Amino acid sequence: MQGKAGKKRVIITENSKKIINRNIMKVVITSTGNSPDSLLDSRFGRCSYFVVFDTETKGTEYIPNSNIDSVEGAGIASAKLVASRGAEKVVSGEFGFKVKELFDSLGIQLIIVKERDKTIKDIITLIQK
Amino acid sequence: MRIAIASGKGGTGKTLVATNIFYILSERGEKVTLVDCDAEEPNSKAFFNTKEISESQVIQKVPVIDSDICTFCGKCVDYCSYNAIFLLHDRRIVRVMEDLCHGCGACLVACKMGAISEKEVSLGTVSKYSVNSESTIIEGKMRVGAYTPVPVIKASIKKSNNSEIVILDSPPGTSCPFIHTVSSADYILLVTEPTPFGLNDLKLSVEIVRDMRKPFSVIINRAGLGDRGVYNWLETEKIPVSMELPFNRDLAAIYSKGEIVSAVRPDVKNKFEMLTDSVLTIWK
Repeated sequence: MQGKAGKKRVIITENSKKIINRNIMKVVITSTGNSPDSLLDSRFGRCSYFVVFDTETKGTEYIPNSNIDSVEGAGIASAKLVASRGAEKVVSGEFGFKVKELFDSLGIQLIIVKERDKTIKDIITLIQK
Repeated sequence: MRIAIASGKGGTGKTLVATNIFYILSERGEKVTLVDCDAEEPNSKAFFNTKEISESQVIQKVPVIDSDICTFCGKCVDYCSYNAIFLLHDRRIVRVMEDLCHGCGACLVACKMGAISEKEVSLGTVSKYSVNSESTIIEGKMRVGAYTPVPVIKASIKKSNNSEIVILDSPPGTSCPFIHTVSSADYILLVTEPTPFGLNDLKLSVEIVRDMRKPFSVIINRAGLGDRGVYNWLETEKIPVSMELPFNRDLAAIYSKGEIVSAVRPDVKNKFEMLTDSVLTIWK
């Protein structure tokens, strides 16, 4: 789903690779597992893991998503987790309406990846290009 | 007596059954109220000539946080079970997600700084219409964008308290809106269709009404369509079938014109008369 404020959201396709600017500190990626070979989790709020990637140190940290079983508002709770980690960009397959608005207002860029077969490793490679 | 017309699956004929029972009772001069609990898209009223008697707002309170007083301690976030407050301590950001708020007021108790006050927001409306001197329709209508129809459903049902016979036209599904509607009923009619989809959702709704220990029976609409799955299952489970309506183009055409089938087809009216009598007998 593509948002209305298009300038802050970019869709990665095989052909567009220079979408992510340099000088970023931290990018959060939603992941289905806790390894670089895990696939990107297509859900934001209820993804299995958040991968915090530091573009400077190249370090990755895998955080299990404690909001996965929230009855309501998993997206908001996850947004808090991501924002408090100092993320400037978030990569996922889908973002809910409330989360999109919130991230827009916080100046955090959303990157939507539609390809189902992308691993965390693939995304990190794309980020560094 | 309160009779809920419900189903798991959508489009099985809940409103068809509810409006026809209501038609028969109101024709008999009974003191009867039809409550359209399908607050997300109510349409029972469309089948009758009505006159509006009243309309009231369903209000919920949501917190307003004064960020000048707020210390960003996060206690209100800990108290909130619905993730309705977004707070970033380091960036001194606090925001109320009104759509997630249930209006419980826990955040007001949590805040020792007095930074939180409340404002009222509308969740929808409850309207009352008269059909004749004894019969009325109550319609719950959710505000577009409101998070849940449940408070509107509750308010609509509450408004019918002074009526002798209440027909509750339930929303589809088997989640909170369905549960709130059927939990106030003395008797439940579950409408299904003889298809695998109908059977799947019938099983879900039977599980819930059995848990609630409510007396119920099943109406099979569009009989002749699909397979024997629903019939076989009902037999195994020893669940009574209180009425069958045939899969018939003529009935669908009458209904889609916004007409009461019982007013046009005496054979169908006869079926609904018998259904109404059998349900009322359980009560008397």
